[in-house]
Amino acid sequence: MDLGSDPGPPPTDTKLKLRYFVPVGLSSSKMSPTQWDFPVELCCRPMAFVTLTGLDVTYNAVHRAIWDAFCANRRADRVPISFKVLPGDHEYPKCRPKRTSYEWYIPKGILKTGWMNKHLNLVPALVVVFYELDWDEGQWKEKQSECATRVEIVRQSLQGRNTKVAVVLIQKKTPLPPGEDLIASERAAALCNACDLSGKSLFVLPHTDHLVGYIIRLENAFYEHAQTYYYTEIRRIKSHKEFLNKTTHQLLFVRHQFKIAFFSELKQDTQNALKNYRTAYNLVHELRAHETNMLEIKTMAGFINYKICRLCFQHNTPLDAIAQFRKHIDLCKKKIGSAELSFEHAAWMSKQFQAFGDLFDEAIKLGLTAIQTQNPGFYYQQAAYYAQERKHLASLLCNHDSSVAYPSPDPLETPNNVLDFYGQRAWRQGILSFDLSDPEKEKAGILALQQKERDVVHSELIISLLSNAVAQFKKYKCPRMKSHLMVQMGEEYYYAKDYTKALKLLDYVMCDYRSERWWTLLTSILSTALKSSTLRDDQKSRIEKNLIMVLMNESPDPEPDCDASMVKLAHRLWADRVSLAGSNMFTIEVQDFVPFVQCKAKFQAPSFHVDTPVELYVHLKTDCPHPIRLSKLCVGFSNQEYNQYCVVEEQYQSSDVLEQSAQGTMCLVPGKTRKFTFKFVAKTEDVGKKVEITSVDLILGSQTGRCVILKWRGGGGDAASAQEAVQAARSFKRRPKLPDAEVHWDSIIIQASTMIISRVPKVSVQLRHEPPALNNEMYCLLITIQSQEDTVIRDVKLTAGLKPGQDANLTQKTLVTLQGTEMCDDSSPALLTDIPIGNLQPGEKMDLPLYIRCSTVGTRVFLVYVSYLIDASVDGKEIVCRCHKDETVTIETVYPFDVAAKFVSIKFQNLDRVYTDIPFLLMTDILSASPWALTILSSQLQLSSFVSPVDQLESHVGNVVLQTGESASECFCLHCPPIADPQTGVATGSYIISWKRSSAAENVPVVNTVVTLPHVMVESIPLHIQADLPSFGRVRESLPVKYHLQNKTNLVQDIEIAVEPSDAFMFSGLKQIRLQILPGTEQEMLYNFYPLMAGYQQLPSLNINVLRFPNYTSHMLKRFLPTHVFVKPQGRRVDDDSIEAA
Amino acid sequence: MAVCVAVIAKENYPLYIRSIPTENQLKFHYTVHTSLDVVDEKISAMGKRWRIKENFTWDFCIPQKTTNYGYVTNSKVKFVMVVDSSNTALRDNEIRSMFRKLHNSYTDVMCNPFYNPGDPIQSRAFDNTVASMMVAAC
Repeated sequence: MDLGSDPGPPPTDTKLKLRYFVPVGLSSSKMSPTQWDFPVELCCRPMAFVTLTGLDVTYNAVHRAIWDAFCANRRADRVPISFKVLPGDHEYPKCRPKRTSYEWYIPKGILKTGWMNKHLNLVPALVVVFYELDWDEGQWKEKQSECATRVEIVRQSLQGRNTKVAVVLIQKKTPLPPGEDLIASERAAALCNACDLSGKSLFVLPHTDHLVGYIIRLENAFYEHAQTYYYTEIRRIKSHKEFLNKTTHQLLFVRHQFKIAFFSELKQDTQNALKNYRTAYNLVHELRAHETNMLEIKTMAGFINYKICRLCFQHNTPLDAIAQFRKHIDLCKKKIGSAELSFEHAAWMSKQFQAFGDLFDEAIKLGLTAIQTQNPGFYYQQAAYYAQERKHLASLLCNHDSSVAYPSPDPLETPNNVLDFYGQRAWRQGILSFDLSDPEKEKAGILALQQKERDVVHSELIISLLSNAVAQFKKYKCPRMKSHLMVQMGEEYYYAKDYTKALKLLDYVMCDYRSERWWTLLTSILSTALKSSTLRDDQKSRIEKNLIMVLMNESPDPEPDCDASMVKLAHRLWADRVSLAGSNMFTIEVQDFVPFVQCKAKFQAPSFHVDTPVELYVHLKTDCPHPIRLSKLCVGFSNQEYNQYCVVEEQYQSSDVLEQSAQGTMCLVPGKTRKFTFKFVAKTEDVGKKVEITSVDLILGSQTGRCVILKWRGGGGDAASAQEAVQAARSFKRRPKLPDAEVHWDSIIIQASTMIISRVPKVSVQLRHEPPALNNEMYCLLITIQSQEDTVIRDVKLTAGLKPGQDANLTQKTLVTLQGTEMCDDSSPALLTDIPIGNLQPGEKMDLPLYIRCSTVGTRVFLVYVSYLIDASVDGKEIVCRCHKDETVTIETVYPFDVAAKFVSIKFQNLDRVYTDIPFLLMTDILSASPWALTILSSQLQLSSFVSPVDQLESHVGNVVLQTGESASECFCLHCPPIADPQTGVATGSYIISWKRSSAAENVPVVNTVVTLPHVMVESIPLHIQADLPSFGRVRESLPVKYHLQNKTNLVQDIEIAVEPSDAFMFSGLKQIRLQILPGTEQEMLYNFYPLMAGYQQLPSLNINVLRFPNYTSHMLKRFLPTHVFVKPQGRRVDDDSIEAA
Repeated sequence: MAVCVAVIAKENYPLYIRSIPTENQLKFHYTVHTSLDVVDEKISAMGKRWRIKENFTWDFCIPQKTTNYGYVTNSKVKFVMVVDSSNTALRDNEIRSMFRKLHNSYTDVMCNPFYNPGDPIQSRAFDNTVASMMVAAC
């Protein structure tokens, strides 16, 4: 099957860009303002209007610079003035003569169309006359009168207006500080007089370096004048009020209030402006409304409402703006006016919402924060709603026969194409009467309006509003609202016959609705989508949608209410398409929606041994009302070599697709689950890998003709099945009994992948050893491999040693070898891999000792892994299987014994330090910790240079066998020669024990354990004393004791000796003596003790005081002296003995 | 009173929607669906607190003919009620009590051993409760 003809990804691409939503021809080319758009002068920010005269900006560079300084860089910090350069003799709009009484005056409308523009751009608040004149001008008189003339001309043209006039003298010289230039003040006064100006209206502009600074000062002065002007204008309008009466001048109340508010805005007094606009708004609604003036009232109400909302946003009171807008809508939405022109009302409403949305959006751009439930999107949405309403009404009201001609003369035509008053009808301007004086004319007017409305492209309006709303809702996290609006946009595109765009939008939202499972909504969009795709000649999406419709149990007939002409066009496209060969295969990814055929593929088990065939079931079930015949079912795997084994095919006539056939294996009967079983033998290369179902393809129709491939990614399932499975599991519903062969659809769980695992080995691996291992010994692990296969196994290999994945340090400290006769060194590995063993016959057994040396204690896991090859046949297919068996064993390593070493004096007293040149004893104690008997072959003391033996060192523990808990001790007599630095301890050396297990064979190497002996502090003493004492005394027999006092220093030592008497002894000798001992010599003191009592008796103690070392007391010396001696009782006479014996 | 009552599952698909028969049903489906935006936002804004707090109601309005009210149960099942906003007599308290009634009725549906959680609600008792809310308005 050639899947290459699949025409790229389906159009349900979820990454649609927003640019699709911008309707062509709307965003870029601005449409000409329609009747419903607000006038520019209403939407702009009113600024004081000041005209500059006497400036020649084309030819005079100085004037040009001045003008540029005025108009360039007008940022927010400059005063709000709009400037205009006009010639000095410019004609300003004529002021109509002031009315003295309003008694007979009947206004013709609310607000003249030209009024706002007049005060923004035509009637200045201030006219500035620029004139080049220096104070020291030679022809001062002439110049002064010329200036006065110019001012006069300006005044002439402003006749009747309160517009201020100011004069600016452009001077070449920098002026002197005020008051110093006498000529200047004199001439200034004269000039003011001549021009009839107040002193405040005369300015001097020196044309020097600081032009901009001067200009800014001038501007501020102008601004003050302008404000005064607008203030007087407001006062003037207010003064009219008393002349008005409520019956005839209702319109004037509104007009005046509006004007006051507008002038307040020009004066930049926004608070008062807002107040006055609010009053005006209330007055508008007080007007007597009738069908004839409804439009005018609404137009004005809309204008004032716009101003109020705008000012509220400007004052940062958005809630006021929203409240005002709501009130406005509530008041106006019922004021439809003429029923025949009701589309106008909808258009007006739409515009109100749109304008408010724009204002809101603009305020947000300036820093206002909106929230999800209150954002401009809602206003755009409402605007769109009214636009749709307008379209709907227009289609009802404007469906004139084409024979109805546009009325002539055009009732909408007015002289110079402008209405006099906002919101009035062109054919009856200025008529206030509610009665229609000329019904014919009225009819023609309405007809003209309706005909015009017919030409409006409503869809474009709607779509642009909707796309505005979509953008807003996107910003405020309303995905569903966005979807809803996109549906509306899609439908609108459909009406506008832009099927491609309609389809794109609908496709995009369909995904959302599908995943959220709102079937009702999905169905409703699908039918639109189906119609548009039919008309667009997009077979693929059409079939897709038809399939979905089938599921929805709806008619797959797609063209019931499509535009007839478009259907014709589509038919032609269809015919073209059919004649084209080669593109008649359509792949549909059905995973994303709920298709009419459900599929679940399942491996029989989550894993298969390589010597058993892999079994796979594909369950299919159709939900459509008719049986369906499939032509082919194929399954794709991650390893494509298996694809060939899983194909079912059946040939039949393409017209029989929906025919039921009893014998056809590929016929799906509605509601029945069909199970296809596939079997294949896994490849030996795939052992240890996962085999996955990547796709299930179901093919409808023949491949020669037209065919459709339903494609499931993975093991099937669809948008709904995951959810259903959960529900089925949760459900307590009893499942209906099914025949044995069938299974309940919900209970089938997709199993899209399986592991191929190696064949079960038939070989035994036994391990024998004597745990625990002893530190550093060659520990023997006996491996016995026995084949239990029926045939010869080949290429047996053994991998043994430390199991990988343990602590990295263990690898360094564990050595494994097969040679047990010698101690292994560091070159041995921790894991021996792939030791070839050769072939094993059935039942053959093999022993293999493995020696392990662990140089640290702790727990280790060892791995013994045996692999081999064997020939096997699966389903008649010969394969060579590699089988393997592994065993792990945990071995603890312990120390064989604890060695303790300590230093004692000759008298076996514990020493914390030793003394230079005085012998001491080193005692070692070996305590067996091994559960097995150990044989100590020998021990050896290796002394450091700081310590030397007193006599021959020889081992006393040779060939000693230690059982558990037994200990062996040794004792060595040592002494320390003098050392240089007595502060630190010195190393004494090490103790080496050679041992092996008592049970070990002869050839097992001996283990040498080296124990480092502790450090010892060495101290030198000034005086050493030693006693020569017999081992025992006897009562009343003399006991001679000789004390040797040795001076160990290089100085003569003065010593005091006193003997303290003891009760047990009498003694002779020097009781108290003071003597001197020369350096390095020895003094002997001889005493004769005479024991008086038997037993272990305390000797008379010797108190020695070395005068040179007062700290070195007798107490310290006493440790060298014996304190007690055993005294035997007096012996019996020999004859007494004989008597006893007799 | 209510013109549309809907019960939405935790996963945001409809369990029950009923609207007054006079108007376009599809429109109400859209209204209910779009109002889930606000419900979702509220739930996520409340974070975990909504569990502890009482179920809450709110409305979001723009000059429209209807007001939507939402209510979330502890198991995140949402009730949405669309109310004719011209009926200003309806106070928050009443809305709240209507929701409570709806919640009770929903709980009864859940207690039915034959009801399969997650399935569309098909219960006459529930229908009647909803109908009583919708009739009261007319």
